[in-house]
Amino acid sequence: MSAIPISPAAEPWVLPSRGRVAMLSLIIGESAIFTIFVIAYIFYIGKGLSGPTPQQVLDIPIFNTICLLSSSVTIWLAERQIDRGKMKAFAAWWALTIALGLVFIVGTGFEWHKLIYVDGLTVHTNLFGTTFYSLVGLHATHVVVGLLMLSLVLLFTLTGRVKERHSERIQVLALYWHFVDAVWVVVFTVVYIVGR
Amino acid sequence: MADHSLPIHGSLEAAPQRRDRASLLEWLHGWVVTVDHKRLGIMYMVYTIIFLLVGGAEAIAIRIQLAWPNNHFLSPELYNEMFTMHGTTMVFLVGMMYIFAFGNYLLPLMIGARDMAFPRLNAFSFWMSAFGGLLLYYSFIGGFGLYGMGGAPDVTWWAYAPLTAKAFSPGHATDYWALALIVMGFGTLGSAINVVATVLSLRCRGMTLMRMPLFAWLMLVTSGLTLITITPLTAAQIMLTIDRYLGGHFFDTQAGGSAVVWMHFFWIFGHPEVYVLVLPAFGIASEIIPVFSRKAIFGYPAMVAASVGIAFVSLGVWAHHMFTVGMTSVGNTFFVLSTMIVGIPTGIKIFNWVATLWGGKIRFRVPMLFCLAFLFQFLIAGLTGIMLSVAPWDWQLHNSYFVIAHFHYVLVGAIVFNIFAAIYYWYPKVTGRMLSETLGKWHFWLFLIGFHVTFDTMHWVGFLGMPRSIYTYEPDRGWAHLNLIVSIGGMIQGIAVLIFAWNLVHSYLRGKEAGNDPWDAWTLEWSTPSPPPVYNFAVDPEVHSRRPLWDLKHPEDPDWKYEQ
Amino acid sequence: MKIAIRELGARAIRLVISLLIVGAAKTAWGDVPQEPPSIFAPASTPANSIFHLSLFVLSITGSIFLVVGGLLTWALIRYRERGDDTSEPPQIYGSTQVELAWTVVPILIVVVLFLTTARIIFAIQDAPKPKSALDVTVVGHQFWWEFRYPKLGIVTANELHVPVGSATFLHLLSADVDHSFWVPQLAGKTDLIPNHPNETWIQPQHTGLYLGQCAQFCGVEHAMMLLRVYVDTPQQFAAWVKNQQQPGVQDPAVAAGRHIFETEACTNCHTIAGTAARGTFGPDLTHLMSRDTIASGIAANTSQNLTDWIHDPNHLKPGALMPAMQLSDAQVDQLVAYLTTLR
Repeated sequence: MSAIPISPAAEPWVLPSRGRVAMLSLIIGESAIFTIFVIAYIFYIGKGLSGPTPQQVLDIPIFNTICLLSSSVTIWLAERQIDRGKMKAFAAWWALTIALGLVFIVGTGFEWHKLIYVDGLTVHTNLFGTTFYSLVGLHATHVVVGLLMLSLVLLFTLTGRVKERHSERIQVLALYWHFVDAVWVVVFTVVYIVGR
Repeated sequence: MADHSLPIHGSLEAAPQRRDRASLLEWLHGWVVTVDHKRLGIMYMVYTIIFLLVGGAEAIAIRIQLAWPNNHFLSPELYNEMFTMHGTTMVFLVGMMYIFAFGNYLLPLMIGARDMAFPRLNAFSFWMSAFGGLLLYYSFIGGFGLYGMGGAPDVTWWAYAPLTAKAFSPGHATDYWALALIVMGFGTLGSAINVVATVLSLRCRGMTLMRMPLFAWLMLVTSGLTLITITPLTAAQIMLTIDRYLGGHFFDTQAGGSAVVWMHFFWIFGHPEVYVLVLPAFGIASEIIPVFSRKAIFGYPAMVAASVGIAFVSLGVWAHHMFTVGMTSVGNTFFVLSTMIVGIPTGIKIFNWVATLWGGKIRFRVPMLFCLAFLFQFLIAGLTGIMLSVAPWDWQLHNSYFVIAHFHYVLVGAIVFNIFAAIYYWYPKVTGRMLSETLGKWHFWLFLIGFHVTFDTMHWVGFLGMPRSIYTYEPDRGWAHLNLIVSIGGMIQGIAVLIFAWNLVHSYLRGKEAGNDPWDAWTLEWSTPSPPPVYNFAVDPEVHSRRPLWDLKHPEDPDWKYEQ
Repeated sequence: MKIAIRELGARAIRLVISLLIVGAAKTAWGDVPQEPPSIFAPASTPANSIFHLSLFVLSITGSIFLVVGGLLTWALIRYRERGDDTSEPPQIYGSTQVELAWTVVPILIVVVLFLTTARIIFAIQDAPKPKSALDVTVVGHQFWWEFRYPKLGIVTANELHVPVGSATFLHLLSADVDHSFWVPQLAGKTDLIPNHPNETWIQPQHTGLYLGQCAQFCGVEHAMMLLRVYVDTPQQFAAWVKNQQQPGVQDPAVAAGRHIFETEACTNCHTIAGTAARGTFGPDLTHLMSRDTIASGIAANTSQNLTDWIHDPNHLKPGALMPAMQLSDAQVDQLVAYLTTLR
C-alpha cells in the first residue's frame, strides 16, 4: 500500500513527565478530601452542645508551624543540590527536612497529649473534638506518610543508590511534601485563627 | 484485511508465539501477578460482568417481591438489604469497574502506547477494588458479627444520616459498606491517576490532544472528574467511620451534628458520579457510531468541549437531589438553573451523534444497534432529567418510582446498552473471535423490549405516587397491575442477559475468527493482531490525524488534509 | 379567555389520565376501592400549581422528543446501508454554524423553563402565611406520624384532619431519622429531618380522604409508614376538634382493661389524657377509636386487629418498635375492650 506521509522533519515530540502528572493528580484528589474536612470543620464551628471550646484549650503552635514551613525551603534546597549532582549536600538538606518534619509531628503529639489528658478533649467529647482531631489528624497522617517516604529516600541516598539522574523523581516526591506544607497553612488558618 | 492493517508503523502481523501449555497453577499465578494492562482490563471486565449478574439477580428478587401487593417473597429486612446491595453493586462494582475495564484495555492501544503509565499501580488499584467488592459482599456473612449471621447493609446506597448511626444501625453491616467504599475509593483513585498520566504522557508521536480518539478524551475527562468526586465520598465515609467507631459526632443530630451535611457531602460525590459513569459510555458511542455510519464523527471539537463542559457544570448541581430537604427558595432556584444548564452540552452531544448518522451508510450490526437504542433512550433520560430539574415538580417526583425510572434510563438505557455495544465491538480484538450475530440480535431485541416494558411503566407508577425503597404496598393504592408489568419486563431483561452470557462463552470456543480489523475501523487498536501481543506495538506508531487507519486505507483522501 | 383554555386543556388531560388509570386498575384487580394517589389528580393549591407547571414542562419536553426522535428515526431510515454498495459516503467533519444553531436553541429553551420554574418555586415556598391558617406540627417517628395542633391542644397520630378551603401550615420535625411527608394530591414532599425543622403547607379545595406515605427510607418498616389526610368540611372539622379536646373516656365497665394498661409497660410509650399514661414514644391513644386505622394505616381499626396487634405487633408489621407485651389472651381481651371505648 501507500507510504505514510512524512511529517516535516521530525518535530520534537515532548510530553509531560508521567510522574509529575500523576503527583499533581494525586494532589488534586487529596485537596478534595481536605476541602471536605475543612468545610465540615468550618460548618461545625460553634455548633457543639458542650465544652471545652477551642478558645479554652487551643494554643497556637507557632514553633511547629515555623518548623514545617521551613522544611519546604530545605527540601527545595535539597532539590537544587541533586540537580547539580552534589549528593552530600543533598543528603544534608534532605535529612534536615526530615528532622523538621519530625519536630512538627512530635510537637503535635505533645499538643494532643495535653488536650487529651489535661483538658479531657477526645473525638467523643463534642463536635469540636470530632472535627479537630479529624482534620489535624488527617494532616498529621499525611506528614507521617511523607516522612516515611523521605526517610526511605534518605536511606537509599546514604547507601549510595540515589544518583543525580533520579533528580526528577526526587522533585516529584518533593511536590508531595510542598503540598503537605501548603495544606498546613490552610489547616492552621482554619483551626487556630478562624476557629479560635 | 491484511493489506489494510500492515503499514501502520509498529503493528505486527504475526500472532504472538504460543507458549507451552502452563499448569493451572502457573496460569492462575500469571493472572494474579500480572501488570499487563490488557490482562488487567480483562480482569476488570470479568469482575464487572460477574457483579452485573449478581446485581441483576438482586434486581430480579426485588421485582418478584414487588410483583404483587403484600407479597411475602422477601422479608422486609432482606428486601432492604437487596435494594441497598443492588444500588451499591451497580454503581460501585459495575459502574466504576467497567470504566477501568475498557480504559485499561483500550487506552494504551488507542493512543499507541505499550502499557499504562504505572503498570504496578494499575495492578494494585485493581486488587484494591476487587478486595473492596469482596469486603462488601462478605457482609452477608459477617454483617452482625460472625455468630449473628446474615446482615448486609440495609440503609440504602445513599445512606442518609442518622439512619447509619450506631443507634439506628447496630451490628457491622453499615461498617462493611463504609469500609468497602473507602477501599474501593483508593483503588479508583489509583486508576484515575493512572489514566490521566497515561493519556497526558504516553501518547505516540503525532497524537496531539485534539487527535486523540474521543474515547481517550472522555476517559481523561472522567478520570479528572473522578479525582475530585470520589475523594469527597472517601472523606465522608471516613467521617462516618469515625462516628461509628470512635464515637464522633459529625452526623450525630443529638450532639449538634447535621444530617443535611451528610446529604451535601454524599451528593457532591453522588451527582458528578453519574457523569463519571456516563462519560465513558459517551466515549464508546463516539467510537462505534462513526464506524458503523462510515463517517467521521461530526463536530469533534464541539464533542470535546461539550464533554469538558458537562464535567465542569456537573460539579455545581448536586443539591438537585435535595430539593425536598428544605433549602431556601433562592438555593433551590440556583440548583434548578445549574441543572438545566447541563442539558445544553448534553444536547450538543446528541445532536452531533445524529449529525454523524446523517449522510452516512448505516450498518445495523449488533454494536450499532445497542448504540442506536442508547441514543433514543438517552434522549428520553435527558428529557425526564429536565422534568426533575423543575424543582416544584421534583417535590412530587423525588424519591418516587419516576426517579427510579429516570436514572435507570441513564444507567441501563445509556450505560449498560453502551457496555453491551462495546463488548460486541471489542470482543473480537480481545479474544480473536467474533460474538455470534444471531445470539447478539436475540440479546438486543429481548433486552430492548424488557427494558422498555420495565422502565417506561415505572415512570407511570411514579406519577401514581409510589415511593421508592418500599418492600411492599397496599392493594388499595392501584399500583398492582403496573408493578406486575414492570416485573415481567425485568424477567425479560434477565433472559436477555443470560443469552448474552451464553454468547460470551459459546463464541469464545466456537466463534468465527475475527482477524485484525473485522469492522473496517479507524483507530490504532485495529492495527494490532487480535488479541494484541503483550507489547502492543513492536515499534512506536506515529499518527497524523484522528483516524490513522482511514489515512492508510484512503491514501487518496486522508483525514489530515482536512483536520486542523 | 386564555386561562379558561388552559384550564380546559388541563381538565381534558386529567380526564384522559384518570380514565387510563381507572381503566387499567379495573381490569387487573377487580375491586380497587379508590383511585391511586396520582400527582395528576391534585386537590390542593400547591399540588395544583405543580400540576399546571408539569403540563407546561411536559409539552416542551414532549415536543423536543418528537423533533429529535423524529430526526433520528428519519436518519436511520434514510441513511441505512443499501445493497452491496461498499463505497464510503462523503466525509463531513463538522460545521460551526450548525453547532452554533443547536447550542443557541437549547439555551433559549432553558431560559424559558428556568423562568417559569423560578416563578412557581417562589410562589409556593415563599407564600405568605394567612392569619387564619391552621398550624400543625408533624413529628416523624420510626414508623408512624405524630400530629400536634399546638393552638388547639390536640395530639393524634397517623390520620391528619384539616378543614377544606383554608390553609394549613405544617411544621415538620423528626424524633429519630429522616422521613418525608408526601400526600401527592395535596402537595409535593418535604423531608422531616432531625435537628432541621422544615415547613410546608396545603390548601385543599375538595373534601375527602387523601393517601400518602413516608417518602424517605427510614428503616425496616419504611414501606408501612402510611399517611392519611382527611379533608373535612368546616363543620366536620369543628366537631372532630371538639371531640379530640376531651380527655379519654372513663367507662367503669372496662376498668379491668384500664388497670392493665396503667400497670403494664404501656404507659412508658403511650399517652391517654386523663390517666396516668404519659409516654411519648408511641402514638397518643386518648381517642384511638376516632381513627379508622391502626399501626400507621396498615390495618383497619377493629377489635380483631387490635387484639392481633397487641399480641404480636411484629406479626402485622415486622420491625415495628412496639414490643409484644406477653399478656394472656384474657388480659388482651380486657385491654382491647378498654381501648375500644376510647372514642
